[in-house]
Amino acid sequence: MGKDDVKLMTMWASPFCMRVKVALAEKEIAYEEIQENDLLTCKSDLLLKSNPVHKQVPVLFHDDKPICESTNIITYLDEAFPAKPLFPECAYGRSRARFWADYIDCKVHPAGRAIWSTKEKDEVEAAKNNFLEIMKYLAGTLGDKDYFNGDKFGFVDILLIGLTTWFPAYEKYGDFKLEDHYPKLAAWITRSWARETVSESLTSPEKITNLVIMLRKMHGLE
Amino acid sequence: MVGSEVILLDFWPSMFGMRVRIALAEKGIEYDYKEQDLPDKSTLLLEMNPVHKKIPVLIHKGKPINESCIIVQYIDETWKDKSPLMPSDPYTRAQARFWADYVDKKVYDALTKSGTLKGEEQEKAKKEFIEILKVLEGQIGEKPYFMGESFGYADIALVTFYCWFYTFETLGNYSIEKECPKLIAWAKRCMQRESVSKTLPDSKKIYEFFMEMRSKLGL
Repeated sequence: MGKDDVKLMTMWASPFCMRVKVALAEKEIAYEEIQENDLLTCKSDLLLKSNPVHKQVPVLFHDDKPICESTNIITYLDEAFPAKPLFPECAYGRSRARFWADYIDCKVHPAGRAIWSTKEKDEVEAAKNNFLEIMKYLAGTLGDKDYFNGDKFGFVDILLIGLTTWFPAYEKYGDFKLEDHYPKLAAWITRSWARETVSESLTSPEKITNLVIMLRKMHGLE
Repeated sequence: MVGSEVILLDFWPSMFGMRVRIALAEKGIEYDYKEQDLPDKSTLLLEMNPVHKKIPVLIHKGKPINESCIIVQYIDETWKDKSPLMPSDPYTRAQARFWADYVDKKVYDALTKSGTLKGEEQEKAKKEFIEILKVLEGQIGEKPYFMGESFGYADIALVTFYCWFYTFETLGNYSIEKECPKLIAWAKRCMQRESVSKTLPDSKKIYEFFMEMRSKLGL
């Protein structure tokens, strides 16, 4: 437990944990992963002690000091380990990055869940349209750029890419293909997955879709 | 005109707009305040915040910054030579961001429900709101402010709700000071700062505004 001892508490399906893993990989920070396997019924003592407020993963430990909330963790990493910055340099660029981070955090995962967590056709249709509306804004801000930051993979890309492991499940139950609606956003997903830091940090979408099938069965939706 | 380099689109009772006004005052920044008529949103507001269409919006040299906590961070980073609002070390900064985020996620809904719901639902809402305040009170502890000796980002995120407490205490028939005396002591300490006392409207004025708005909406 020397200086810069970094540990990350994770759960394999959490897109919020995946994004921190991508950030750690991009910044070439070595860390130990502590996996929480049973978040539904039995959270570990370490998790409850280190995140007593929200009781959620991810939790980062830097020299045994806990930092919680994934976007906050990634911001912390960029400040504590300044090499290979993830944020834009100027204050205005950072404010835009934070704006889209907040938008992604508030909107994407709940909108996706609404698609697969119901059997009612009209609810699924409404949820799908809402999800696509959110994608419209993200596609709009991405525009013709390679990445949200410009030509460099950075903060906003990292926040969104983990969430895309759940997209095939949304497409399956919403009966749509993102690339039919927003091909440049779909191309961004492919481009980002080509990065080793991403492909080695993210859980496979197949595994996530199987989890969604299982959750639907548990709730009598299959 | 120096003021027109910085423009704030805002609405006087908004606790989110107040956060920005406090930050600007702490830094001594002159700005052009433009009151927005919210039911009838201006072309400028819709142009500067097309995604959320909400105030506050700070416009600096023609470029918009949205979302109150993001604006406060932008102000701190842009005018960094005076009155820092964020702590200097990364770990304490992460704590300040965590608590501002906690306020953003929890306080508004819990506070409003404590006054607007009825019967058993209201009692439950009051209990939940007090629990949230106790968590915040616990974080402040014996310190003068959230992060220690200096008033800053996390204090700004929460203190603007203080002028709204009277409204929901009256509607919900309870006393926040009785349940969380240390939190109210912290709020009064913040009010001793000119940036806060000159920004927060009188609590009774907020109450009158809220009651008038409810009556207009037929509630």
